[in-house]
This record gives sequence, structure tokens and C-alpha cells, in this order.
Amino acid sequence: MTHTTQLPDRQPARVRNGTPHTAPPPTRQRRRPSSQQWAAWGFLAPVTLYLILFYAYPLYRNIDLSLRHYTVRSFVQGDAPFTGPANYLTVFQDPTFAPALLHTALFTAVCLAFQYAIGLALAVFFNQHFRLSTTLRALFLVPWLLPLIVSASTWSWMLNSDSGIVNAALHAVGIGPVSWLTSPTWSLVSVITANIWIGVPFNLVVLHSGLQSIPTSLYEAAALDGANAWQRFWHLTFPLLRPVSAITLLLGLVYTLKVFDIIWIMTRGGPADSSTTLATWSYQLGFGNAMPAFGPGAAVGNLLVVTALVFGLIYVKVQRKQQAP
Amino acid sequence: MRRFSARRLTAAVALSTLVTVTGTACSTGSGSAAADDGTYTVWDPYPQFDKTSAWAKLLDQCGTEAGVKIKRTSFDTSDLANKALLAAQQDNSADVLVVDNPVVPTLAEAGVLTTTGENELDTSAVDANLLAAGQSGSKTYGTPIGANTLALYYNKDVLKKTGVDISSVKDWQSLTAALEKVKKAGHKGITFSAIGTEEGSFQFLPWFWGAGAKLTTLDSAEATAALSLWQGWLQKGYAPNSVINNTQTTSWQEFASGDYAFAENGTWQLANAEKAGFDYGVLPLPAARGGNAAAPTGGEFVTVPVQGDTGRYAVAKKLVSCLTSTDNLHTTATALSYVAPTGAVQAKQADKNPALEPWIESVKAAKGRTSDDLGTKYPTISEQLWKAVQAALSGALTPKDALAKAQSAVK
Repeated sequence: MTHTTQLPDRQPARVRNGTPHTAPPPTRQRRRPSSQQWAAWGFLAPVTLYLILFYAYPLYRNIDLSLRHYTVRSFVQGDAPFTGPANYLTVFQDPTFAPALLHTALFTAVCLAFQYAIGLALAVFFNQHFRLSTTLRALFLVPWLLPLIVSASTWSWMLNSDSGIVNAALHAVGIGPVSWLTSPTWSLVSVITANIWIGVPFNLVVLHSGLQSIPTSLYEAAALDGANAWQRFWHLTFPLLRPVSAITLLLGLVYTLKVFDIIWIMTRGGPADSSTTLATWSYQLGFGNAMPAFGPGAAVGNLLVVTALVFGLIYVKVQRKQQAP
Repeated sequence: MRRFSARRLTAAVALSTLVTVTGTACSTGSGSAAADDGTYTVWDPYPQFDKTSAWAKLLDQCGTEAGVKIKRTSFDTSDLANKALLAAQQDNSADVLVVDNPVVPTLAEAGVLTTTGENELDTSAVDANLLAAGQSGSKTYGTPIGANTLALYYNKDVLKKTGVDISSVKDWQSLTAALEKVKKAGHKGITFSAIGTEEGSFQFLPWFWGAGAKLTTLDSAEATAALSLWQGWLQKGYAPNSVINNTQTTSWQEFASGDYAFAENGTWQLANAEKAGFDYGVLPLPAARGGNAAAPTGGEFVTVPVQGDTGRYAVAKKLVSCLTSTDNLHTTATALSYVAPTGAVQAKQADKNPALEPWIESVKAAKGRTSDDLGTKYPTISEQLWKAVQAALSGALTPKDALAKAQSAVK
């Protein structure tokens, strides 16, 4: 997003700087900047239009939706009254809000921590070249390549209370059946587990490519100085990987905040809202029954957008600080 | 040279912009054509039927009779209501909309559908209990194309092995006793769907109504009794814990495994029951103290959405009348595994397929979910009801507390 918006800024600047060097005759001078200006605007137009049509307008519509009282009737007729922050107040006062917020925080934090830790461990492991390392690494990408509906359905079959393979395995070692998806204590754990499995490959790939950009000479020097494997990781790999880690975690955060499909397919946010996150709640409000509450649904969606934006800004600020000193 | 290329580029970019803009402009307007080019659009929730199906052929045939071309689009049932609302917002509705019956009052409330007064459809032959689902206020918003409902399937082999006499199952008590017997003999009792969607409410309603509860008071003693019945079955292991996440399809798969004595499921599974590989029977769902419980009606309504160009209604009426004529209703009902909504066609169905008789009886006793003038209140009530069912079955709340919470959320 940031670099696309920078592009239009830079181009006209370069065009303007370029003009004096060509030193054209005076008659042309009056025409040329304008023609080049037009060219610049021409170049700008598609991307601006694209941004307005597909980013700015939907975002504006969503904000507008969240500030009006929509019923099915006013949705069709387009005469919904403006109610200001009423929808947001409804959302904040809803008994589902606090649990949904807590579940979202837990879901995001736990998923990120495990995805990053496992991804990093695997990346370090695969960074040592050994036979079949590429093949094995490719296998780890499978969760990423599978359509979400496939992996989520498979997980929900595996975790089925009565006929799932997980409970069958537990039974084999003498542990009683666990209602993975149908008990309020386990449902959140189950969807978190599935989401970690799906998110590890992304972390693995990005961190692995980050590792490859660290020069091997550093490790050789450290080894000569007598640093053991753990010290090499802690004092070399980890600090040098910090920029890559930061972007991995930020992207992971944005992906995880808005996870919807896995939870919806596995538990529908239930039972008794025990795995409802802000994302599934927003969907439930907007499309969950035949009398949609578009306003509050859009309000919850906007809260998610704002959260992601806040973390994005924190990232930008941290990055600036790192580059500044 | 540079000047020319710059100009040429400008032209190219401008052109590409133009293409982008016109491209987006063209992408809107896929519903009914604004100009009357003789093409009429029909939206239905039957993606399982392709061009060669009896349903699609019937549509084309009706189009030919009315002298127009039919453009049919199929949506997933759960998707169709939202699609219809969006289309109406853009004055882009289909000419004929076939839609699940509980959605009809919602669409009517939104002003998407014409009344039978406006579109002049004749609904006099339709059973009153079925037509009620499409009525709101004193107006009727379409005509049912067929109905289905729920009943109790049972596995004769399992019952024989466990020594249960099916004629003894008359009310909740005797059903629970039968389940206990089945469980003691090492088989599985009953499976149903208590998922956290409309399907869950649909399956719970026969028990809810069978106890004498009303949708306007979710926290009544009768409602608590119905929910306690289900919860008790789960606690004692008569029903599997997986019912909390079962759709009606997954619940049927459990029954089809051959180990379950009973399954609550719908008319549409009849064809699959024949293929299940064991001897099965069908029983109307029992009410708490004997007799048949009212089950909710399923099935779609054929409606005529509001058009900017009112001249289109005449042809739309011809199409709907053709689809719901006595001869064609029989074709449709058979194609969809539905019970027809009129007495004449029901008699014809029973004549050709005696296995349908218990289902025809059930449909006659059935009740629309949005009936009793609930209309657009039903979706909100239903959502709280399925949430209460989920909370009680998963052990998060007692049946009484879960229903009290549901009632307070409906207000």
C-alpha cells in the first residue's frame, strides 16, 4: 500500500526535474511541460481510479454503513437515517462484544507466537543444507497451498467428537474423548491449532529467505571466535533477522485478525459464542440471519480495520526509528 | 522523438483508463435486462440441477409457452436472500425469484416482492398452512412450489436387533425408553442437527412445538422441557455430541452408517434412504404427550420481484402460473423430492408413490416458521433459539438459563 501511493508522487517530480536539461527552444517550452504534465496525469489516472474504485469507495461505503440505521427496507430503498455513533454504541454494549474482543486478542496473540516460533525453528533447520531439505521444505508448504475450505473441513472431520481421528488416537492411548469443537472450553483451542498449522508455512518461507540474506562469513567468523550454535543463533541470526521478523509479524497480525473461514467452517463461532471473534461476529451481524443488521456489522468490521491500521502505524514508526539513528 | 512518444503514451494511458472505466460500467446490470429483449431471468436456489435436469427443462418449456427466452441463475440457498436484496437495491431484480419460504417475509418487508394483488397470481388451490409462510399482514407474496418437512427415520435392522417395537414409540417418554434400550444393546440412539444456523432451529422446532411452546415466549416451561429432552439425550449418550456441529447432511451420513436407530431428517433424504443399504421406516415426529408434533415446513416460494418496468409482470405471471400448474407441479415436486402444495397434486403423488403418504400427512400437519404473524420477527427469534440450543447442549448453560438469555435478547 505505501509504495503504491509513493509512485505518483515521485514521477511528476522526476518529469519536472528532467525538463531544464533538455533545454528546448522557447516555443516548444510552453507546450512541452503541459504535454508532459498531461502524460503524468495520464499515468496517474489508472492507479488513482483503481484506488478510488476498489479501496477508497468501499471503505467510505463501509463507514457510511456503520453510521446509519439500516433495515432491509432502507437498504433497498437507500433512505437509511443517519444515526452517528449509535451502531458503535450498540456494538460496545452488546454482551457478545467483550468475549469476542478477548477471543480475537487470544486468537491473534497465540497464533502469532506459535506460528513465528515454529516457522523460525523450521527456517533455521532448513537453512542447513542437507539431502531432501528442499523436498521437505516444499512439503511444509502444503497447508498454504490448500484451499481454506479443504483444510478447515479436514480439521473439523479430524476433530469430530465421535468419529474423528484425534479422539480415536487419544482412545488408543487410554484418554477419554474430548469434545474438540462442541465444548465451550475447547473450541477456541481447536481453531487456534488449525490456524497455527495453516500459518506456519508463510512464516517459514519469509524467515527462510531472510536467513539466506545473512552472509555465511559472519557465522564462520563467529565459529572461529568459539561461539556455539545457540550463541550464533541468539547473537547473530536473531538480531540480523529483526527487520524480516518485524514485517512477518505485522503481515501475520493482519492475516490473523481477519481470519474468518477457518472458524466459520469449524465451529460457526460457537458453541455459545465460545470461539466468536470480531471477524465472525461481524459476519453474523451482517449475514447471520435473514434480518441482517448491516450497521452494527459494518461497525465491527471498521473496528478491525482500525486495529490493523494502528499496528501498521506502529510498524512504520518502529521501522523509521531503526533507520534513523 | 521523445515528444511523439510522450504523446502516444498519453493516448495509450488515456485509452487504457477508458477501457477500465467502461469495463467496470459494463460489469453492472446482469439481472433483468432494462430493455425488453424477450429474455426473462429466473433465480433459484437449486445449483444441484444443471441444464439437463427436469427442473431446467421445465423452465425452458414454460418460457417457450410464454414466448420468451429464460435466463436461469442458481445460487446457494443461504446466499440467495442477500443477492436478492442487493439486486433490488440496484433495481436489477430477477423477473421470477424462487426463494426459501422463511425469507419471503423479509424480502416482502424490504419491498422487494409484489403481492398476489399486484401480480394476479391465483393461490386458491394451495393448502392454507403452506401459504401462511408467505403471508405478511393480510397480503400474500407468492406461491409455494412444493413443501418438505421433518420426520423420524428409523433403521429396522437396529430396532430388531435391540428388541424395540416401533409401534411402542408414541410420545417422548416411549421414544427415550427406546433410545435407552438401543444404547444398552451397544448401538447408537438418535442423530439430528443442532448446528448454530437456521438448520439447527429448523430441527429443534418440532420438539419445541411438540411440547406446546410458542416462539413468542422462548423461556416458557414447555420450551425448557423440549430443550431438556435434547440435552438429556446428549448427557446420557443417546445422541452423539457431534450433533452440535452437525448439518442435516452430516447427521444423515451418521444415520447412513447403519449404526443409529433413529434420525430426524427431511423428505429430501428419501432417495438416499433407498440407497442406504438397510431397511428403514418413517414415523411422524411425536409430540410430548402423544400425537404428531407440528414440524416446520421447508421448501421454496415462487415470487415475482418488483420491477421498474411494470410491463414485465404479465409475462412473469404466465411463467409462475406455468410452473405451478397441476401437471407441472407434479414434475417439479418429483424432481425436487417435495410434497406438492395442493391437494390435487398430493393425491396424484400418493397414487404414484405410496411411500410418500406419511410425508403428505406430515406436511398437512406442518406449520410455517414465519406463520402466526411472526413474519420478520422470526429470523431474530430463530437466531436466539439456535444459540440457546447450542449453549445448553454444549453444557455452557442449563436449558432454563439458556432460554431465559435467548428471550431477553429477543425482547
